[in-house]
Amino acid sequence: MIETLFALVTAILILAGAAFALVAAIGLNRLPDVYTRMHAASKAGTVGSGLLLLAVGIHSGDISTLARALAGFLFFVLTAPVSAHLLAIASRRAGYSLCDRTVVDEMKN
Amino acid sequence: MTIYILSLIFAVVWVAITGSASLLNLVFGFILGSLAIWVVRGEIGVSGYVGRLGRILSLLVLFFKELALSAWKVAVLVTRRDMDLKPGIFAFPLTVDRDMEITLLANLITLTPGTLSVDVSADRKTLYVHAIDCSDIETTKREIAEGFERKIMEAFR
Repeated sequence: MIETLFALVTAILILAGAAFALVAAIGLNRLPDVYTRMHAASKAGTVGSGLLLLAVGIHSGDISTLARALAGFLFFVLTAPVSAHLLAIASRRAGYSLCDRTVVDEMKN
Repeated sequence: MTIYILSLIFAVVWVAITGSASLLNLVFGFILGSLAIWVVRGEIGVSGYVGRLGRILSLLVLFFKELALSAWKVAVLVTRRDMDLKPGIFAFPLTVDRDMEITLLANLITLTPGTLSVDVSADRKTLYVHAIDCSDIETTKREIAEGFERKIMEAFR
């Protein structure tokens, strides 16, 4: 009974994680410029990989593996925004302009 | 206050060094880290250590809620046939002024729905935020100021 429950939760987490990773990839393809793409990569990507890590931790049924998976998720959450921010500022300095659908730009170069 | 983060880092380092990543060992590492910081409390200035924990936890809960919401919003946005984009960069006037608080706020903003911090102005008074939906900037600004920024002030002041 409890094993079925664990298997079910793991399956749901893996499917959800994979779906978010897919969405992140679709977003990278469809969004118009580097800044909007960063939204897809940093958010859907983080949640997707976080869910997958969580699934691994739960599936193992071992508290130390779960702790390591959670630590991995924590570092993902810590590093994803930093890299997104650095990529955004780097592309800004390198002169990548915002896409033509942009409605406002209050940032001075 | 950087003390909790320090303790957490110490705890993670402890787990890494002892090589057993059990939850119990992590908690033990956290206690050890806290003790180590307590030893040097005079040098770094510690006050109200325990009372803050609740407020930091509430910030954490808010954060995970926003993160889930944010991933969902991106998912809905990119799977639509006609993406309704009104992207842009707006200037957010900062109330928090310490480096650590600005960093935290910028990171939280990046992981919340539709916003991504791009840069901090040289005088540290303005945060430039890229938003995927700039149709109502004032509301977005108010939400950040009354949500994360206020919570950060409560937790670390």
